[in-house]
Amino acid sequence: MFNIRLSKKEPLPLWNSLLIRIGAILLSLIVCAVVIISVTDLNPLEVYGGILNGALGSTRRVWVTIRDTLVLLLVAVALIPAFKMRFWNIGAEGQMLMGAFASAALMIYCEKLPNGLLLPLIMIASCLAGLIWGIIPAYFKAKYNTNETLFTLMMNYIAAQLISFSIVFWENPAGSNSVGIINPVSSKGWFPSLFGQRYGLNLLLVILVTVFVAWYLKYTKHGYEISVVGESWNTARYAGINVKKVIIRTMALSGAICGLSGCLVVSGASHTISTSLGGGRGFTAIIVAWMSNFNTLAMVAISFLLCLMDNGAIQIASQFGLNENVSDILTGIIIFFLIGSQFFISYRLNFDKKKSTAKTESTGKEE
Amino acid sequence: MNSPVVQLKNITKRFGDVVANNNVTLSVNSGEILSILGENGSGKTTLMNMIAGIYRPDEGEILINGQRVEIHSPKDAYKYKIGMVHQHYKLVNVFTAAENIILGQEGKQVLDMSAVKAEISKISDAYGFKINLDQKIYDMSVSEKQTVEIIKVLFKGVDILILDEPTAVLTPQETKALFDVLRNMRKAGKSIIIITHKLNEVMEISDRVSVLRKGEYIDTVKTSETTIQQLTEMMVGQKIDLDIARSMPVNSRDLLKVEGLTCYNKEGLKALDNVTFTAKSGEFLGIAGIAGCGVHELFECIDGICKYTGGKIAFLNDEFEEIDLTNKSTREIKKLGVNISFVPEDRLGMGLVGLMGMTDNVMLRTYKKGKGQIVQRKEPRRLADKIKQRLEVKTPSIEYPVSRLSGGNVQKVLVGREISSNPDVLMVAYPVRGLDINSSYAIYNKLNEQKSRGAAVISIIEDLDVLLALSDRILVLNNGKVAGILNARTTTKEEIGYLMTAEVK
Repeated sequence: MFNIRLSKKEPLPLWNSLLIRIGAILLSLIVCAVVIISVTDLNPLEVYGGILNGALGSTRRVWVTIRDTLVLLLVAVALIPAFKMRFWNIGAEGQMLMGAFASAALMIYCEKLPNGLLLPLIMIASCLAGLIWGIIPAYFKAKYNTNETLFTLMMNYIAAQLISFSIVFWENPAGSNSVGIINPVSSKGWFPSLFGQRYGLNLLLVILVTVFVAWYLKYTKHGYEISVVGESWNTARYAGINVKKVIIRTMALSGAICGLSGCLVVSGASHTISTSLGGGRGFTAIIVAWMSNFNTLAMVAISFLLCLMDNGAIQIASQFGLNENVSDILTGIIIFFLIGSQFFISYRLNFDKKKSTAKTESTGKEE
Repeated sequence: MNSPVVQLKNITKRFGDVVANNNVTLSVNSGEILSILGENGSGKTTLMNMIAGIYRPDEGEILINGQRVEIHSPKDAYKYKIGMVHQHYKLVNVFTAAENIILGQEGKQVLDMSAVKAEISKISDAYGFKINLDQKIYDMSVSEKQTVEIIKVLFKGVDILILDEPTAVLTPQETKALFDVLRNMRKAGKSIIIITHKLNEVMEISDRVSVLRKGEYIDTVKTSETTIQQLTEMMVGQKIDLDIARSMPVNSRDLLKVEGLTCYNKEGLKALDNVTFTAKSGEFLGIAGIAGCGVHELFECIDGICKYTGGKIAFLNDEFEEIDLTNKSTREIKKLGVNISFVPEDRLGMGLVGLMGMTDNVMLRTYKKGKGQIVQRKEPRRLADKIKQRLEVKTPSIEYPVSRLSGGNVQKVLVGREISSNPDVLMVAYPVRGLDINSSYAIYNKLNEQKSRGAAVISIIEDLDVLLALSDRILVLNNGKVAGILNARTTTKEEIGYLMTAEVK
């Protein structure tokens, strides 16, 4: 008889773990193919082609996919400081909505201002709105040790309702119960084209913020404090770190970046606002942050993969008459394999003869 | 009433190279209270865990009512009517007392709570427990939780009850109530084993005492035929000469004055009660005390981590000026130019960040140094390299996560960091706990170096032989009070052992 026993591996070299992940994706595509054939009788290669075509088939489509990737990436980047501190911020959706709310409000009420003044104002306001939404649960966590998971989740609903409420005042045309395109003629508060690209400013902002956060976490004293607080509050106390201050400050940053992502969606892309504007990206970003192990490049890749599947879904829906949910099933299978591959990256499987388990256990511990 | 219900024969248990129990033979009779007495780390809990089915002995056998048995799990133990109440309670916080008590019991599909409660009440009335069965655990005091744990075990119909340091968390009144209950249980014919290191409680409650020392079984005596002095001698044993160099303090002078320090712990109990002493430069002040004696809080108060309600702490600088450190934070103390280093007991949970490498750990208490918001890693990197070489830390690289290092190397990193700043006062909690001989001696040498350098070294050490060999003076802490300050060169293990464990007025 054999006994399967797990032991932790030493960290693998990058290319090695990358190879395992690519293998996992290939394997998942095979499983997806089986599912496609058995459920729809379609040629899986054609379906894959449809997805790629839908997401990357034309310059416009490529840019739409990039635009969506940027937002998802930005939210994931926003979550990382909080997660590193082991503060489970699942309120990115709400913080993003608040940022969007601030953007839309300024676009509507300050149409008179010149764009050069209005745009910076919009960015600052949306950051502030997200920041406030992030600080509230952080304050209660620091002061009363409330459960941040529940707190941030509930804040999402408040943000959504706030927007619902505002739509009553902002609806256009009246009675449509939607806001419509804001400032369609003057384009005030819209992101201008940059480098001849419509989403150039989005790209620039996301790159700047991503680099800043990576630098902030790795090289600043604040970043160091976040790591210590995340490891143990006791150690932080011992190191003379003011835990409460760090929690509030870090959530302010996390919330502010989420708020900025809301601005990116409203001013930088859709130019309208609705309660469904988050589209669950606040939650998808949690997957992105965790699956990438907080590695910035991996986050880019995973955000891109998810947005590619999402945008490809529309194409296969019309091309093959498939329900859009098929793409969700495929995405689910791919993520499942990717997460599963993590297991083989960090653990080694040992097949021991049953009798000798006790002995190997004790030697296994020493390594 | 004198037949042995549990017999342990030649039990040996090893964890890797460490022998936790060596050839232990003892027995428990029905209707008696047996105390298992021993210092911290003498193997009391390990031994009892083997009866309760948590561990299995490597050698030897366990007999229940004369029958040889193999106890594989706590469930097995219940089959033999054995139950254990552990030091750390295992209760579901959001459940009521009654729900916790029936947890894990087999029963019918439909739960008749009122019948269950009636049954529990029968037990608690029989032995005189005071408990509200509908109260949730999170609303309970520590002693109430303990009551739930004991009833939970009794409810499973045990005849042999093991209690692991039941009085460690109780007030004197609660202890008295517990003992009354235990006496009732003895009257009803149950056998009770109490793990303890409090001598006066042993004398008060138990019929017989079995003494363990460093994993070895020493002897069993009748409480009525022994004295506290005799038990102390059995517990601490003969003085062993260790080859540790000890120099006479040079140019020693008062350095740190602690006066009337009083502090409460998280549970609201008095952890420190009017503690007064002076630490001198160039001197090794040893601290002796059992778990919960208050040394944890004492160190945190001095280091500025913990706030205290009464007393003051002052430091005398080179000009003999008194610098008041009372209730100052760690950072404020540093700003006043007083350099206090502290090696906490919980190395990876408090002293170091496990996921970080040596470099980042070395700067844990100094990362704020330097202007600007950028962390300066150049100096820490050099220091980490130095510590690695000087203390012979075995690590693949100074960026390798310290949590993956062995215990001895972890402690070397921690001690290395704390002594690197040439502290005025160096506090070390259990410097060699869990370390092998070589690492231990390396640490002793480092502590002695600091002493010769002129630092005031304050350290609690469990092993009294080591404590006696290293210290110049020994402060005995007992239940948050100073039980005595002794000259380490003239005192005896018996005297320390007595002061550590006997009741202080």
